[in-house]
Amino acid sequence: MAKVLMKGNEALAEAAIQAGCRHYFGYPITPQNEVTAYMAKRMPEVGGVFLQAESEVSAINMVYGAGGAGARVLITSSSPGISLMQEGISYIAGAEVPCVIANIMRGGPGLGGIQPSQSDYFQATKGGGHGDYKLIVLAPSTIQEMAELVQQAFHIADKYRNPVMILGDGMLGQMMEPVDFDILKKEENKIEEKPWATTGMGTRNKRNIINSLELDPQILEKHNIEIFKKYQKAAREEVRYEMTNCEEAEIILVAYGTIARVAKNVIEIAKRENIKVGLIRPISLWPFPEEPFKKTKDHVKAYLTIEMSMGQMVEDVKLAVNGQKEVHFYGRVGGMVPEPMAILEEIKKIRGKK
Amino acid sequence: MAVVFQKTKGLTDTPFHYCPGCTHGIVHRLVAETMEELGVLDKAIGVAPVGCAVFAYEYFNCDMQEAAHGRAPAVATGIKRVHPDKIVFTYQGDGDLAAIGTAETVHAAARGENITVIFINNAIYGMTGGQMAPTSLIGQETLTTPYGRKPETNGYPIKMCEMLSTLEGAAYIERVSVYDVKHVLNAKKAIKNAFKAQINKKGFSMIEVLSSCPTNWGMSPNEALKWTKDKMEQYYPLGVYKNTLEEEK
Repeated sequence: MAKVLMKGNEALAEAAIQAGCRHYFGYPITPQNEVTAYMAKRMPEVGGVFLQAESEVSAINMVYGAGGAGARVLITSSSPGISLMQEGISYIAGAEVPCVIANIMRGGPGLGGIQPSQSDYFQATKGGGHGDYKLIVLAPSTIQEMAELVQQAFHIADKYRNPVMILGDGMLGQMMEPVDFDILKKEENKIEEKPWATTGMGTRNKRNIINSLELDPQILEKHNIEIFKKYQKAAREEVRYEMTNCEEAEIILVAYGTIARVAKNVIEIAKRENIKVGLIRPISLWPFPEEPFKKTKDHVKAYLTIEMSMGQMVEDVKLAVNGQKEVHFYGRVGGMVPEPMAILEEIKKIRGKK
Repeated sequence: MAVVFQKTKGLTDTPFHYCPGCTHGIVHRLVAETMEELGVLDKAIGVAPVGCAVFAYEYFNCDMQEAAHGRAPAVATGIKRVHPDKIVFTYQGDGDLAAIGTAETVHAAARGENITVIFINNAIYGMTGGQMAPTSLIGQETLTTPYGRKPETNGYPIKMCEMLSTLEGAAYIERVSVYDVKHVLNAKKAIKNAFKAQINKKGFSMIEVLSSCPTNWGMSPNEALKWTKDKMEQYYPLGVYKNTLEEEK
């Protein structure tokens, strides 16, 4: 298969199928509707299951059932729909069931709008549902990367028996770019045995129970500690980021997803004005990459976090920088995308400061 | 010596936690016996609810998943779509199935999801201590209807069998009770029919079991069984509401 021109949402769906996902449960919501349409058409072709649920609440619980039964399973939605799924996501994390959840974010709060946004960062990385749990959150910035990260997400979900979230936005879902599926890592598509899954006992002499209930506080505490050990392992092994032009940069932009593309334009525009600007692009939002900040803090004047939110990831940037350098923030919301010249203005303001 | 009676293989050795006089134990046994007799224990996957039966996964001797409040039919749908040839059942109370999980119940039935639902209707929320259920009777006193359930403020009890039997996807719907031996035996027959409907890939099947809750009704076990018979059965008539199995005959 050569390069094909695809919408982000379609690439997301196709990558999941190529990763061995044969079960998709969803509910239509803009701006990710291409995923449901694509899956409705493609799943029967590959002998898979597409099911349009009656609600996001039902859909995520179908995912819980299917993931618990041993399938590679995908669910996609957009911000208000993801809010409805939080109950199920907490149960899935509690019961240690692997699945991949994609949030193609739109503006909020409430019904908000249908234009791109990044205002679900807190919900994705800090919990969202009840209880102590973590999602591993991956944020692509191109459609090629979307496809690659979806495949890695299935692998990571199985590895940790934990939900993995792809955090994109409406722009990434809707734009078209060439995608090469041949270069995707095929070994990660290998599905390993899941001896814990509910498949019917068959000849097994032990029952398999998928559950998140522990009424004994000592046992529940032990369970919480056990799953956190898992998250600590993920925090060591699943950190992903990209650094661009950081070696001599005086100002380093911090941006993920779509806005990282705008930031790369800013680097080029700033060059013409002899301003050295770099970019740190977290690819895993949880675990959040701290290394690039350690590597750059000695020579950089300040960090400028750019988001399509009122300022959410900037808190993680501040934690990573730990007061050693200034951390600034510039954001647009409501579906507005920060423009390169506006970002450059912010850079100049920071440089002008004594 | 010939064995005339023994414990079903469908149940584990874990002792039930249910209150004295509660009929959950009887229904557990009927479901377990049915699965054993149909020879499906090795391919059964159950979904446990919240509420009094929250520990159902400790008792049924098969693979089990624990669902969130009301979501059991959605969880069962996910499992069944992965394993269409396995036997998937849910075990749910009235708060779970007819209140918070109404949408999941109705749509699983409407899709003709090939699963079996065991619905325990005791007209009250048991585990949380006796609040009004969607199935609580008019006039029934509960913690949240201390002056009796009034239609003008609390609405009317929901008749799930009647409602679900209007759906094309429903294959077998029956309401039974377990207040005496005759009715227990009939309940067993109904549960078996529901599982047979699933084995024959007929679609959604549900057995509603009118059950007693002596603790939260504030009655002795005997009084509770009598109340099930005299009061509940009046509003919730027993019988087969839908049966596509018969069409084969």
